[in-house]
Amino acid sequence: MQLRNKKMLCLPYGVFLICFVLAPLVVIIYYALTNGEGRFTLENLTGFFENPKTTGTLLYSFGIAVVTTSVCLLLAYPIAYILARGKMKHKSVVLMLFIMPMWINFTLRITALKEILTVIEGNLSFHPFLNTVIGMTYDFLPFMILPIYTTLLKLDKSLLEAASDLGADSVRTFFQVTLPLSVPGIISGIFMVFLPSMTNYVVLDMLYNSTYIMGSLIGAYFAAYDWHGGSMIALVLLVIILVFTLFTNRYSDEDAGNGRGGVLGR
Amino acid sequence: MKKTVSTAFLSIMLFALYLPIFVLALYSFTDSANIGAIHGFSLQNYATLFTKPELRGMIIGTLVLAFGSAVLSTILGTLGAVGVYYAGRFGKTVIGAANQVPVVNAEVVTAFSLCILLIEVCSVDKASFVPLLIGHMVLETPFVYLSVVPKLKQMDNSLYEAALDLGASSPTAIRRVVIPQIFPGIVSGFALAVTLSLDDYFITSYTKPATFDTISTYVVNATKGSQTEIKTALWALSTIIFFAVVLLVLVMNLTGSRNARRASEIEKKNA
Repeated sequence: MQLRNKKMLCLPYGVFLICFVLAPLVVIIYYALTNGEGRFTLENLTGFFENPKTTGTLLYSFGIAVVTTSVCLLLAYPIAYILARGKMKHKSVVLMLFIMPMWINFTLRITALKEILTVIEGNLSFHPFLNTVIGMTYDFLPFMILPIYTTLLKLDKSLLEAASDLGADSVRTFFQVTLPLSVPGIISGIFMVFLPSMTNYVVLDMLYNSTYIMGSLIGAYFAAYDWHGGSMIALVLLVIILVFTLFTNRYSDEDAGNGRGGVLGR
Repeated sequence: MKKTVSTAFLSIMLFALYLPIFVLALYSFTDSANIGAIHGFSLQNYATLFTKPELRGMIIGTLVLAFGSAVLSTILGTLGAVGVYYAGRFGKTVIGAANQVPVVNAEVVTAFSLCILLIEVCSVDKASFVPLLIGHMVLETPFVYLSVVPKLKQMDNSLYEAALDLGASSPTAIRRVVIPQIFPGIVSGFALAVTLSLDDYFITSYTKPATFDTISTYVVNATKGSQTEIKTALWALSTIIFFAVVLLVLVMNLTGSRNARRASEIEKKNA
């Protein structure tokens, strides 16, 4: 009797998850695969892949996401590496300085960035792609730093000593020991940055980039009350997320997996 | 040499990260409507921020929503995590997997899917605030759950058994033995829930009543408009939030290091 009681504690959350997490997914799939009369159809799907506008949007989103993720990775890895392995004083303070902007509302941060970019460039509409990548990097960089930092911090130091005892110089040790061992953190970071870069259309809107990304398509369908079209885009994104998740699970690292909770969750 | 390069790199990155925030903070204390030449010192933006009912209502609404939804999410997520801890493998797998969905999903997809379900299928009125509240709970609860689960794993379960042996009922034992042990996880889950709610744009804008705004939706609308008075008042808001975050981090670190010192003193005494 007592044991059953304790299990029952998860009932409210279980019901909540079924109603507001799983049910919406079912509804999305249903709407994506039916038309206005409620009949099954693949028209939404074929429409998405045959329309050069929507496939163009998919490609543009991928472009933005690949470039943003690469820039974030190239900047975040050295930052995380210096913070985790360097012999600097006050490392935790510096780490906090990199994380702190995360707690300022992102629309306000992008506003600040916009004002600076306007002063530098004069007119923001000259470099929409560049500005978007700068904006997203500015927004998402902490999400890339945290998981890599966590992985590097846990790295077994005796392996590095072993490498140098066996005659590897520091460059070789880095590329053959440190880098491969930090792959789980890198993968988590990529996961945290890639998807938001494909969908966070507010950054584009605020920086006057009028090209659509996948998120903007959902926004446009939503504004037009086209639930079927919007569901199709959502479904395409869900499939991308699923593929990503399956791929990531092979390299999963539980502690690094949740960049948002990384700092507070310790 | 190596150290100089590292320090220089970190400094440049921090400079780039904070330059926009600092410049905006500086200009929030002037009467200038554009970044560029410095005009006279003025607190006009701060006055506007606190006296314009529209702005004040928006700030209060954001805070009430953030703390309200965070309290509910924390209760729900903690109960869920404790229940799952004692549940069988099946419950663990199913809830664990479902919990992961909002975490990995794009926010705009979560928002859109909730919207179809609640507004199109169940025809809930957005003006009732129910979709907004549920939306924020969907966003926050999984992270509360993820903060509490590791603490449960670290917990010494024999203490709970001992409480039962000493005659405590199951609810009492959970309240007086389990909850105190996982409390740090609950607190960090709550803090995370608040920050997620404050930072959210997509779920809010898809599920909110037309007349209600949070900071995010308000800022995005304001950038489309041309009211400079509002625009510069938001610089003041950004500055206040920045200093609030700095203060919070300082307080957290000071109490954190004091607690750590106390813990080490106790350890020394016991040794």
